[in-house]
Amino acid sequence: MSRLNLKLALLSAIAFGMATGAMAAEKLKVGFVYVGPVGDFGYSYQHDQGRQAMQKALGDAVETTFLENVPEADSERSIEQLARSGHKLIFTTSFGFMEPTLKVAKKFPKINFEHATGYKRAANVATYSARFHEGRYVIGQIAGKMTKSNIIGYVASFPIPEVVSGINAFLLGAQSVNPNVKIKIVWANTWFDPGKEADATKALLAQGADIITQHTDSAAPLQEAEKAGKFGFGQASDMIRFAPKAQLTAIVDDWSGYYIERVKAELAGTWKSGDTWGGIGAHMVNLAPFTNMPDDLKKMAEQTEADIASGKLNPFKCPIMDQTGKPVDCKGGTALSDEQVLGMNWYVKGIDDSLPK
Amino acid sequence: MTPAILELVLMTIVTAATPLIIAAIGELVTERAGVLNLGVEGMMIVGAALGFAAAYLSGSPLIGALAGMAAGMVLAALFGLLTVGLAINQVAAGLALTIVGVGLSGLLGAGYVGLKRDAPPHLYIPYLSDLPFVGKLVFGQDAFVYGSFVLVAAVAWYLTRTRAGLALRAIGDNHHSAHALGLPVRRTRFLAILFGGACAGMAGAYLSIAYTPFWSPGMTAGRGWIALALVVFSSWRPWRVVLGALLFGGATVLQLHAQAASLGLPGQLLSAVPYLATIAALMVLSIGARRKSAAPAALGQPFVAPR
Repeated sequence: MSRLNLKLALLSAIAFGMATGAMAAEKLKVGFVYVGPVGDFGYSYQHDQGRQAMQKALGDAVETTFLENVPEADSERSIEQLARSGHKLIFTTSFGFMEPTLKVAKKFPKINFEHATGYKRAANVATYSARFHEGRYVIGQIAGKMTKSNIIGYVASFPIPEVVSGINAFLLGAQSVNPNVKIKIVWANTWFDPGKEADATKALLAQGADIITQHTDSAAPLQEAEKAGKFGFGQASDMIRFAPKAQLTAIVDDWSGYYIERVKAELAGTWKSGDTWGGIGAHMVNLAPFTNMPDDLKKMAEQTEADIASGKLNPFKCPIMDQTGKPVDCKGGTALSDEQVLGMNWYVKGIDDSLPK
Repeated sequence: MTPAILELVLMTIVTAATPLIIAAIGELVTERAGVLNLGVEGMMIVGAALGFAAAYLSGSPLIGALAGMAAGMVLAALFGLLTVGLAINQVAAGLALTIVGVGLSGLLGAGYVGLKRDAPPHLYIPYLSDLPFVGKLVFGQDAFVYGSFVLVAAVAWYLTRTRAGLALRAIGDNHHSAHALGLPVRRTRFLAILFGGACAGMAGAYLSIAYTPFWSPGMTAGRGWIALALVVFSSWRPWRVVLGALLFGGATVLQLHAQAASLGLPGQLLSAVPYLATIAALMVLSIGARRKSAAPAALGQPFVAPR
């Protein structure tokens, strides 16, 4: 048994050596670091779809590597491992990778890094994110029209700006079509725990919610809504297969365009650090087909989507009132500035919940 | 709180406690035999992956549950070979088992991500299940829930009322004396480990077949570790496992309902309640049993027969 293992190990070592030898022809090595499994059918899955699309588009010019399930606390080692093994462009795709990415980038000034959803940059560290709140405004409108009980249940993860701005945009969308709508929020304090997310959904349904929306990653809330004969929205990817009768639409992240563009720039030698924050208009945020709703509602949602894409409509268009009813200082002229949205830690008027601090 | 909501809360507490009860009762038997298996999370998640796959392919939740149990047992057998056969450190082997299980489940379940099936049927007895308040709670659960209570009763009976159960406890308390008396220490321990694996696998299968009927990597979300803590919490007594699981599940579910009902309590504090309740209960229990430790005396010690 052990002798056989040794032989196998030797064989694979030889094969590996030949493989690396054969690949000596200069290919650009691009690395990706994911916080979750690529099979989560959510956030990390969508990043990996982007990687695959990029690999397909650029073919032989690039070689990609990904590391999945990288814990944020231990990510520096993983990022450095990619940097040491000849990767010239490295994408780190979770907020918690911010400081480790900067640290490794300092050690390897000739390697370029891209960090998703963060706000700290360097000469060789660019940042990119998607305006998820644009999608939330659209689904808020749909929910506002679809609800009969005027109560919408919101399964939230953690009180970080991305989630809070999502809640605010959702409610503003809902209020724009239905002034009587109320949302009830349950903080599950997890990104991914199907059982707990399902239990949170049950609690919201028990309180009379007839539309469920979520900012956690599993399909459990949507599935629970389907079981109860209510409606919901998919998160991060199209979850229609889990709830063919309940999914109204889903907010789908699409990173492929961005990845192709950035890797092309790296190949051409024109890569520059910067910040990209694309939304529906840039196709970084897409909405899955509108289903299980009347045609006029579908038209309304498509119109809103188009208006946001063209820039005609800004979800955070002023005036906006905070929870106490005081108008918020508009730093972006006619709407909130990007900084205000990226650092959002307050609720808009009409939310009956105290934000966990 | 209306009666309808209260009934739903109680129903949810029972279903949230079920996987914890099943996994913990298995680990309790393993530990009573003197073996500490920290690989519960790993066996559970492989059980969830294979349980879902088998249920999906066969269309039968029963076959899914059996496949989950078998998967847990295969991993447990590996652990048994290492710790009982080769007397390797149990803590290290158990932790390795968790890591192997989490990785393996992702690999085995890769083809089943994104698929769904319906939850197994719940019991329905005309009139009885329609009784207000207790009807669904007592007469409207699925087979896993009833199975978990039968399992606890069987283990409690086995450990206190049968010769084999007493022998298993003797081995867990002092393997050298038990060996001198002619009890089969290694065989008993190996079987106890297999039983623990089967239970962990079934608990995982419950998650992916009945609780949230789909497979997704990482879906056990730490429940294996909570099951391990429950065994300590129960001071190695079967019915206290049920008590602990209901307490823990109850605190988790109640805080979600408290948030949904907008009681105005801070969410993070509410999320900590289950853990605080567990610590408080542990303190009360340990003050009550200060005179002697409730743990099996030979827990975690590898056994090598003297020659």
